[in-house]
Amino acid sequence: MTGSRSATIFALLLLTPAVLYILAIVAYPLVDTINLSFTNAALRPTYKWVGLDNYEKIFRGDFNEVILRTFIWTFFSVALKMLIGTCGAVLLNAAVPGRAIFRVLTMPPWIVPIAIGIFMWGWMYNGQFGMISGLLQNFGLIDGPLPFLAYGHTAFWATVVTDVWIGVPMVTIYLLAAMQSIPRDLYEAAWADGAGRFYRFRRITLPMIVPAMVTMSMLSLIATFNSFDIIWILTQGGPSGQTTTMIIDTYKTAIGSYKFGEGAARAVVICVFLSVFCVLYFRTVSKFSARAGQ
Amino acid sequence: MSKAPMIDRYTWYEKLGIYAGMALFLFFVLAPFIEGFLVSLKPLNHLFSTPYRFWPDDGNFDAYFRIWESVPMLGRYILNSIFISSVATLIALVMIVPAAYAFARFRFPGSGIALGAFLAVNMFSGAVLLIPLYRLMRSFGVLNTYFAMIVPGVAFLIPTGIWLLRTYMMRIPRELEEAALVDGASRFYTFRRVILPLATPGISVVAIYAFLTAYAQQFIFALTFNSKTEFMPLPVGLFAFFGRQEVIWNELMAASFVGILPVLVVFIFLQRYLVAGLTAGALKT
Repeated sequence: MTGSRSATIFALLLLTPAVLYILAIVAYPLVDTINLSFTNAALRPTYKWVGLDNYEKIFRGDFNEVILRTFIWTFFSVALKMLIGTCGAVLLNAAVPGRAIFRVLTMPPWIVPIAIGIFMWGWMYNGQFGMISGLLQNFGLIDGPLPFLAYGHTAFWATVVTDVWIGVPMVTIYLLAAMQSIPRDLYEAAWADGAGRFYRFRRITLPMIVPAMVTMSMLSLIATFNSFDIIWILTQGGPSGQTTTMIIDTYKTAIGSYKFGEGAARAVVICVFLSVFCVLYFRTVSKFSARAGQ
Repeated sequence: MSKAPMIDRYTWYEKLGIYAGMALFLFFVLAPFIEGFLVSLKPLNHLFSTPYRFWPDDGNFDAYFRIWESVPMLGRYILNSIFISSVATLIALVMIVPAAYAFARFRFPGSGIALGAFLAVNMFSGAVLLIPLYRLMRSFGVLNTYFAMIVPGVAFLIPTGIWLLRTYMMRIPRELEEAALVDGASRFYTFRRVILPLATPGISVVAIYAFLTAYAQQFIFALTFNSKTEFMPLPVGLFAFFGRQEVIWNELMAASFVGILPVLVVFIFLQRYLVAGLTAGALKT
């Protein structure tokens, strides 16, 4: 069903609703963001063109620091997601009784409304009465109550850990699927030749899941870079801005203070980074599928 | 029970290692839920006492009864959440199903680029587009309506949905459609009477995916575009409760568990199809 003109017209008709939707809800706002970033738009109905003023202003201010913090936050979150997710997938891949139940038990953070999971973390981080501070005190690891969300560096790590917690199930389940799609003959042949379990893992499993791991880390990178709910609910970017990532920063500027123009400039910088990630992602994926096709 | 094949046999210390690792991993994943559930059972004077005691030896289900008074709109929040997710799922399916068919079966100029462009939408979160969307909603006068909470979210369900369903539809044999076309059926008739019935399992997976995602992610748009209590979905409704100076934790946790019950039910019954569908779509490129 390729080639004919009526087929092409029919295909385009099928695509029309989705294309129009995305144009209205994603493409137009994207263009409008770029446009607004050169204006002094705010709540008042009129605004004027101000050229690069917004960009000059944000890069003179603390924006560079926010960018750096976002990258550090994202780096640690993605690295931990991949590390814990890979360990989880290896464990779930082991042919032991109970693995089907373990797999189901891995998924709740992915399924449950994100905000609800974060409320629970909010309680766990409570300094006086929360679980983490409480258990650490019971075991004598810290002397007194530790309110994790009250200090800059502990709040930073607390938000990273919660973000890792949200992301781990997806990484685990996808890597597990990648491991299970490896042909079993490979293992059996190696086993017949006397290869041990660890050797089989290192020489068969690991090389075979590298494409899935690279793909997954890039998807995680993009998701983590966009992370909003976790930080907003736990700290709203505080204390004293120590958990303010670019997304939080944009939200505070635009929606918190109604500085639409300046917020748009911050959003545009986020989009530039995201576009770079996006290009990297597509290039990697097409490289892998080209190699698989050979 | 049949014996495991030789290759799958583990020594006792390997088994011990696997189960110990599994326990640690699952503890990390489930700790907030375990703690959250235990908190919902503990009386406040237990919660606000030191030293920390994990087990609710004085536990009861009082909080589950009190929440309906202290969060009077709780039922409404849950219904709002279900309503928002259901409508979002329906709209998303109307967009996804035809588009997925177009990408699965037709090669037309620019089809590869168009598919890539759809997938690129996934890269942008709603947060980045919030300013123009907010202005758009305001100028249409739809702030503080269900519309404002549903419509933007759907855009972010479409790309993954198209991807998943396209993968599924590509596995349907072409001969069936070709036979129908040879018999003189129109393309639209073939799509409606041949493809749609055959793709129903795939469409169901996409519907489950869309519903669960819409239920899980209804925060930022609902927080920003709506301030009317009676329209709030559960996460935003409870966020107001969470943000108070003195949080009544056992009730907040009880309300959270009641609120996630609908998704847990959907998930427990359908998880097998969901996992299979999602991972098949993700791994095939």
